Amino acid sequence: MGIKTKDLLGLKNISKEEIELILNTAESMEEIIYRDVKKLPTLRGKSVVSLFYEPSTRTRSSFELAGKYLGADTMNMGVSSSSVKKGETLIDTGRTLDAMGIDMVVIRHPAAGAPKLLGENIKARVINAGDGYHEHPTQALLDMYTMRKKFGELQGLTVAIIGDILHSRVVRSNIWGLTKMGAEVIVCGPPTLLPADIAATGVRVVTSFEDALRDADVIMMLRIQLERQQKGLFPSKREYAKMYGLNKETLSLAKKDAMVMHPGPINRGVEISPEVYESVQSVIDEQVTAGVAVRMALLYLMMGSDFEDEKASS
Amino acid sequence: MKRLVLKNALIIDSVRHREFKGDILIENCKIKKVAEEIEINDREETRTIDLEGKVVTPGMIDMHVHLREPGEENKETIATGTKAAAYGGFTAVACMPNTYPAADNEATIELIKRRAEEAGNCRVLPVGCLTKERQGEIMAEYGFLKDAGVVALSDDGNGVMNSEVMRHCMEYATLYDLPVLSHCEDENLAEGGQIHEGYYSTILGLQGIPAAAEEIMIARDIALAELTGARLHICHISTKGGVELVRRAKEKGLKVTAEAAPHHFSLSDQETASYNTATKVNPPLRSEEHIQAVIAGLKDGTIDVIASDHAPHSREEKEVEYPFAPFGISGVETCLAVSLHYLYHTGKLSLRQLVEKFTTGPASVLGINIAGIEEGSLAHLTVFDPELVKAVNLKNWHSLGQNTPYAGKNLKGWPVMTIVGGKITAESLT
Repeated sequence: MGIKTKDLLGLKNISKEEIELILNTAESMEEIIYRDVKKLPTLRGKSVVSLFYEPSTRTRSSFELAGKYLGADTMNMGVSSSSVKKGETLIDTGRTLDAMGIDMVVIRHPAAGAPKLLGENIKARVINAGDGYHEHPTQALLDMYTMRKKFGELQGLTVAIIGDILHSRVVRSNIWGLTKMGAEVIVCGPPTLLPADIAATGVRVVTSFEDALRDADVIMMLRIQLERQQKGLFPSKREYAKMYGLNKETLSLAKKDAMVMHPGPINRGVEISPEVYESVQSVIDEQVTAGVAVRMALLYLMMGSDFEDEKASS
Repeated sequence: MKRLVLKNALIIDSVRHREFKGDILIENCKIKKVAEEIEINDREETRTIDLEGKVVTPGMIDMHVHLREPGEENKETIATGTKAAAYGGFTAVACMPNTYPAADNEATIELIKRRAEEAGNCRVLPVGCLTKERQGEIMAEYGFLKDAGVVALSDDGNGVMNSEVMRHCMEYATLYDLPVLSHCEDENLAEGGQIHEGYYSTILGLQGIPAAAEEIMIARDIALAELTGARLHICHISTKGGVELVRRAKEKGLKVTAEAAPHHFSLSDQETASYNTATKVNPPLRSEEHIQAVIAGLKDGTIDVIASDHAPHSREEKEVEYPFAPFGISGVETCLAVSLHYLYHTGKLSLRQLVEKFTTGPASVLGINIAGIEEGSLAHLTVFDPELVKAVNLKNWHSLGQNTPYAGKNLKGWPVMTIVGGKITAESLT
């Protein structure tokens, strides 16, 4: 068994069983990361290209390391210095990569739906590493991996996600993934940062930070981007930190063993205080390790022999 | 061929409010005779067409199309756009002024008229700009434009955001009794929006355009119509609140009319979930409650006209990431078919009501005379087969713009012949 669809575009359209398979596979991958010599021949001869149309530190390096640990050849297409700058369309860039014999493309793009457009037009498999405000499936998978590691299972957990829900692809992927696995999701933020009809996805919507914190097993803080303030979605950094900032006092409103997460990068002192970041409840660094493990699992599942068999049988 | 005889057709004459079965004889561009049965002995010079099961109506008008010429001939030309219109069942189209240069001057209007005549596919009724270069700032020269032959004024895709400018444009338009066609959208509220704001904009991560962006400007323009006495026509109405505002304005007796585009009563924002850029259109495909409100408006007469808002784009422009694609659906060829399928065959409108939305409706908005199906009138006629089931096939497509969300869909009810001034300009009888 592998990932059924050619491309991993999001968690909305993949099954609970597939998510479980990815998380279980990631468990055995994590062990490799702690080895002295982290190089496996599993994906030797396979090629992965990361195509990032937006700046990224952790996601891009995480994918690259995941590929290298498994023996694949990984390559970074610097979008700013490539043919994209010369006006090449996404479809044509995809055709070019296909013609070079690439097996997998990891794409990050500011436009929602871009990975789907690419996937529909190339033979190589595609993993979405974040598209606009749509989905960021590998981030949600690593989040779920981190939660599962601590709590044993996701079923029955209450996860509160706080901040800029409107512009967050991390939230959308987490909603689909977590609700599929039987967790409850609470989204919380000022009304200006809550998208229309978000409740219809099956989440609880609250505007009060306290209400969100009270029942949460997991508190996921989102990065607040300062350009949102310029667009008039909240009045000031100061007021935002007061209303929705996680610090020692507000954290004390939550369950004692509540886990604190953040997809990074962090605005220290805005959405999260340095003390909370460094506290025992924070798993923010573990999330980064989980990111490598989950991406290794996906590369393995999507480029390993399983897929070849599937292709032969279909 | 000197004569054309159309036999056994159901004639729905929306102009004379008649509906009957009979034959029509066309000779020298004109309708020579309408009768229960016409027999012609001179077979050599006569073409006789059996239209059993088909409907003949006065020539249909699509009062909202973009022909793209001059300036954007990679998307459409006047020749291809009018050919598409003829195959869509139209004998006339009103073309919007968002050309390059904009149709804010007589020379551009003259060029459009000349190219339309050369093509000879259907009549073209040019719409002139409301403001110079559609910038929403300085009034265009309505007097010269009217003399050049414009039937209405509009800044098309751009609304006039400044209410004072809009007020004076509407006031001045009354001098020439020209209707003002308004694209109602609050630009600040809609800025950056890609699809209707709601569940789908949320899960797709595409910025939404709230219904309020349209409703606010409809409310403003109705207030200005009351203030100025101008003839106001609301283009492509797509929201529940907007339909209600027009309904109340009509009850008040204001000179306010409205049109709906087929995609706003047949497709919901669920279609955008595919990220297919053919579903990207402005105003956006709305949710079910708005669709029902548009249908109710068509039914009770709040909405006078069905028009395609034909907006062809080239492949390279649409085959890109969703947020980067231009807005617009190439719709003139499917306009009547979609209407028959989604309004007539669902029992929402009678055939007669539907025919009115394409004939007397637009004629009265534009203030033009159209002839009934009677002896002596110019033979502008539309023939459609209400029962014909056919898939939308891009291989038999006439517009240069292939950006249609209906590609591959089966529709019931299709135009089969278009006659302009006695000449058949499109025919797909099987």
